Formats: sequence, C-alpha cells, structure tokens
Amino acid sequence: MIYLLYLLVYGFLATAALGLFLSWVDRKVTARVQYRVGPPLLQPLYDVVKLMGKENLIPAGASRLAFVSAPLIGFSSVVVVSALLWSNNLNPSQSFMGDWIVVIYLLTIPSISIIMGGFASKNPLASLGASREMKLLIAYELPFILAALVPVINSGGSLRLGEILTWQAEAGATATNLSGIIALLVMIPTIQAKLALVPFDIPEAETEIVEGPMVEYSGTGLALFKLMKNMLLFVIPFFATILFLDGITFQGIHILWGALKIVVLVALVTVIRNTNPRVRIDQALRFFWGPVTLLAVAAVVLAYLGL
Amino acid sequence: MSIKLKALLKSPWVFHFSTGSCNNCDIEILDCLTPRFDIERFGMLLAGSIKHADVLLVTGSCNRMSADRLRKLYDQVPKPCLVVAIGECSMSRGMFIHSYNCPVPLDHIVPVDVYIPGCPPKPEAIIAGVVKLIEKVRSS
Ligand code: SF4
Repeated sequence: MIYLLYLLVYGFLATAALGLFLSWVDRKVTARVQYRVGPPLLQPLYDVVKLMGKENLIPAGASRLAFVSAPLIGFSSVVVVSALLWSNNLNPSQSFMGDWIVVIYLLTIPSISIIMGGFASKNPLASLGASREMKLLIAYELPFILAALVPVINSGGSLRLGEILTWQAEAGATATNLSGIIALLVMIPTIQAKLALVPFDIPEAETEIVEGPMVEYSGTGLALFKLMKNMLLFVIPFFATILFLDGITFQGIHILWGALKIVVLVALVTVIRNTNPRVRIDQALRFFWGPVTLLAVAAVVLAYLGL
Repeated sequence: MSIKLKALLKSPWVFHFSTGSCNNCDIEILDCLTPRFDIERFGMLLAGSIKHADVLLVTGSCNRMSADRLRKLYDQVPKPCLVVAIGECSMSRGMFIHSYNCPVPLDHIVPVDVYIPGCPPKPEAIIAGVVKLIEKVRSS
C-alpha cells in the first residue's frame, strides 16, 4: 500500500508538477535570453492537456503494438525511477542494496522507448532520429556511469543511494571534494545529452529532421512523451543533486536551499542550450568518448586516492 | 465549452504551409515569432510535423500541384484543427486569378475558419486574425 502511495503521490503527481514547472522555467529563461516575454506559468500543463484531447493517429504500415506501447514504457519507467529517488531522499534508511544500479538502468529506458517508437512508426525521419538517439545513448552512457561512480567510491563503495546521502550528510556534499567537482562537471554535458537539449539535440533536430522519433506521434502518445520529457527535466537533475549536492532536505528553510540547487542546475542547462549550436553525431561521439570520458576516469582515480 | 477546446485555445501549435506564395506572407508569419511580437506569449509554437499541429496556416494561391498536397495534409492533421488563410492569394488568388495554374480558391479545397487579408498582411494583422479566430471558437 505504502509503495503504491509513493508511486502515485511522489512518483507521478509531485514529479509531474515539478517537471511541468521546470519546463516552464526552461522556456521562460530561453525567452528572456532572446529578449522575449515567454509563455505563462501554466503553459506546459495546457500543452499536455490539449494533446490528451487530440485525435490519435497511427500511421499505415506502422507496428501498432510497439508504436502505442513505447510512450507508456518510457513514461512508466520515469514514474518508477522518480518514486525510487523520492523514497531515498525522504527516508535514506529505506533504500535497498543496488538501487544505484536500478536507477541508472531505469534512466536509460526513456531513450530506449524513444528509439522503439521511432523505429515502429515507419517514417524515414523517425528512423533517422531513432538511430541517432541510439548512437548518442552509446556515447554518453559511459561518462555518465563513471561520473555517478565517484560518490559511490567516496562513500566507501556503497551501492545504496540512502547510504550515499547519509555519508554526505556527515562528511559534506560530494561536490566539495576535487573528484566530486570534476564528476559534476562531467555530469552536466551528459545531463544535456540525456535530456536531448541543444548542443546534443541531434536525435530530434527540429529544423533538420522535424523532431525525429516524435514525428508521427499525435494525441495521447505525444502527450505522454512530452510529459515524460518534462518529468525527466526534474528527475535527472534530482539524481545529480542526490549524488553530488547532498539531496534535498525537507525541514523548514532547508527546502528553499534544496529547490535552489535544482533550479540552478536546470537554469544552467538552459543557458548552455541557448548559447550553443547543435553538433553533429560524430562530433558528439568524439566529445563524449574523448575528453569527457578522460575527465571522468580522472575523477574516478582521484576518488580512489581519497581526494 | 469543453476542456479540450479550452486547452486548444491556450496552446495552438501552428503548422505553416505555403501553396505557392511569393514568400512574402511566409516571412510575415515568421516575423510573428520574433522578439517584437513573440506569439509564444499566447502559447503558440511553430510545429515542424503536421501530426503535432492544431492550426494550419495556409499562404499562397494554391496551384494544381499543391492543391493535392494541401488536401492530404488536411487529412493528416489530428482533429480538432483550425485552418487560417493568410494573404490575398489564399483568399481570392489575388493577382494570379487569371492564371491557368490556379483553378480554384483555397476554400474550395479545405474548409477555412478565418481569412486574413493583405498583400502581405502585417504581423499585427495576423495576430488580430488569430485573436478573432479564438473568439469565434470560444463563442460557438
Ligand atoms: S498575398 Fe501578396 S505577399 Fe502574400 S503570397 Fe500573395 S502575392 Fe505574396
């Protein structure tokens, strides 16, 4: 029963509300950077509600089952992963062995669902986008895991997020160590790529392959994908906060400090996306496997040396 | 009015289709997205894919080749959807009215909800037209 509560209230409702809010922050900051006014606060919610009410079209010749189930798979994995993160953050003693691994696994499923939906829709642009998404996934996953490994090593090899949090509460946030700072620096471009934001929005390149894997989606499917992306905009920075910045504390004034961490991370990601051009897929691959992975390895070695 | 339509009016994503215009109307549409007019204030976004669109903006005089495509595009928009005809060309074929290549005006091909006259209409006129469209849907 308690798990169902976590899943519905924290996993879905709280994360969706925060995700929609952060997506508004993202659009508003973008608008201000471009000297525009930007959309009203409830705009992301209007978008999702509107898409829910539209007609669902399934392209002729598409694989129906995969096409319809892809958004559901991605969406439900985000709900599960955010429930896990919330329960760890609210009650660090409640975590189970290896939830760090489960979270990393579940965070790749949204990308996989996008790949699935893209290939299922029998559209050349969607297939192109899906194959690029696959290459991008291979590119950023290695530095992402290496960077996420640093707090694990720092806290004495514990694979429980709860223990990582309690360790940080005693010894100070991971990002106060040299290795933690480097790992956080590595994390930022991988967050950008995981969210498919501009320097790495290669799979959906709006001006080039018209939103790639999403091109054939309409109605509820598109609404679920949009909601999933909005929720990821909260979940991934939240994961980074838990790993590097001591999570969010819900006592009195500390909650503002916690909110500030997330909003600053999202605003940073937004500013990066507004000041950079899109790179090609081969450049992205070279970037992630070259300097970023080297930096991540350096962070891991430093963490082993106890720095 | 249903919540469906209410939300639609709050976030109309527009798809822009040129049926053979002189390109001037298209430039005026893009002007609406610039910081000076910023139609994202009203939740309007330019959709790249027709499957994401709620409003079809049509410019140009609809020649024989594009009439077919327009019909196909209209069939592909997820309903409910609205059609806006922008510019003199798309209303009455304008200066191309005697052309062999423009057999019928736009509203004989797809149902049009609002007409915005001008050659080309100013961005202010386009925004005013869309506001009239929203009022029309709201009162119906
Ligand atoms: S209405 Fe005028 S500006 Fe617009 S497409 Fe026709 S000729 Fe060009």
